[in-house]
Amino acid sequence: MLLIPCPYCGPRPELEFTYAGEANISRPAEPESLSDEQWAAYLYQRTNPRGMHAERWRHVHGCGRYFNASRDTLSDQFQFSWKPGESPP
Amino acid sequence: MQRFSALALARNALSGQTGWQRQWRSPDPAKRYNAIIIGGGGHGLATAFHLARDHGMRNIAVLEKSWIGGGNTGRNTTIIRSNYLFNASSSLYDHAVKLWENLSQTLNYNVMFSQRGVLMLAHNVHDEQVFKRHVHANRLNGVDNEWLTAAQAKAFCPPLRIDAGMRYPVLGAALQRRAGVARHDAVAWGYARAADALGVDIVENCAATSIVRDRQGAVEAVETTRGRIATAKIGVVAAGNTSVIMGMAGLRMPLESFPLQALVSEPVKPVLPCIVMSNTIHAYISQSDKGELVIGAGTDAYISYSQRGALHVSTHTLEAICELFPQFRRMRMLRNWGGIVDVTPDRSPIIAKTSVPGLYVNCGWGTGGFKATPGSGHLFAWTMAKDEPHPINAPFTLERFRDGFLIDEAAAAAVSH
Repeated sequence: MLLIPCPYCGPRPELEFTYAGEANISRPAEPESLSDEQWAAYLYQRTNPRGMHAERWRHVHGCGRYFNASRDTLSDQFQFSWKPGESPP
Repeated sequence: MQRFSALALARNALSGQTGWQRQWRSPDPAKRYNAIIIGGGGHGLATAFHLARDHGMRNIAVLEKSWIGGGNTGRNTTIIRSNYLFNASSSLYDHAVKLWENLSQTLNYNVMFSQRGVLMLAHNVHDEQVFKRHVHANRLNGVDNEWLTAAQAKAFCPPLRIDAGMRYPVLGAALQRRAGVARHDAVAWGYARAADALGVDIVENCAATSIVRDRQGAVEAVETTRGRIATAKIGVVAAGNTSVIMGMAGLRMPLESFPLQALVSEPVKPVLPCIVMSNTIHAYISQSDKGELVIGAGTDAYISYSQRGALHVSTHTLEAICELFPQFRRMRMLRNWGGIVDVTPDRSPIIAKTSVPGLYVNCGWGTGGFKATPGSGHLFAWTMAKDEPHPINAPFTLERFRDGFLIDEAAAAAVSH
């Protein structure tokens, strides 16, 4: 089980969190102006890196807030986490 | 290839077992191949076998970064079934089951395919309705599946608990009698040996590091840890590492890689006659011919390449197993491991051409690729050889995500399969 550093509450066990996928994917401002390829890329294509991954978690059984974290997908070690809207340390 | 037979066994018994040969060569990679398969798992080896046998292609290599049988082919729970809901899926998986039925003869290798049946348990009204819908859909597609009451399920699988005091009572079950298990190592070895006999070079300890493309964008070569290899056709069959390999050709994939866990118990005498699956409480279990209970757990919530899963995920499954089979409570688990599975948004595979000329991909089998191994190899070889899909894998393109033709088995099965 992962020990996840919530930027609001500190390190807490994984069971308190839900995973919310890759970070920094924002919904296109004007979906109607996108081609089918661009829309499919937004919906479905993911970086899925073997190494450092910027991802979102939600501390659902804690403060309830979303945040961003950087984790190595080979070792599952967290590098750091940061609040939405802030830039990573 | 030295053929296996009763006579060969007897002859070697008399000569002290000294007459057996290596099952496949260990060649150094050549400078150029007509086709290269990246990934030496069951699907990749089956692809090479069918390219050589059915399409007469010569000078083929399979590149494996590690050793044959060390990846997901040797890590899964070996369940083979075809009771999928949608027409495209059931014809894909049933194509594979039909090939499984003769695979030992095809490969001259005993893969220990045993059609002992799979019971899929229903625990609530919703399950019952969904599984009955599956039964009807499968039968319309010519795939066997039948509905059993709880008492009939217990008669088919005597150790199953069906009493009303259970937290999740068993209301009935769908039974596919043609479903079964096979020995997964033997599948990898059998395909490797048969492909090698047809002249395929199986190059182990050789990881692809980049894909080289020519001025028109077509594939030209693969850079590997054992040097540059020229080729005009590359088939990527890299399971959890597909996103990484496809990234070498500049393609982003609709895939995420998750650890999926399995466990085996200490071996015991035959106690479980079939495969039992429960989607609702998330458990699946069978007994190997060696006597071990083989148990599949779920995936972790987050993407990872770590080949190990969290303890609370396997605990969750073991609690469900103990509820269904209280007599297994005191069994000790011997081994627990994880494999990295590549999951598509609709939980259906991709067996297709790509936008890069000469580059083909067979991926996205998620948590249930082993069952499709022979069919996957057959269809992917067809796609690579003819540069167009076979009718069975025609719906399983990359473009289905752009065009909205998803094959949404995620909603249909609601479980890792």
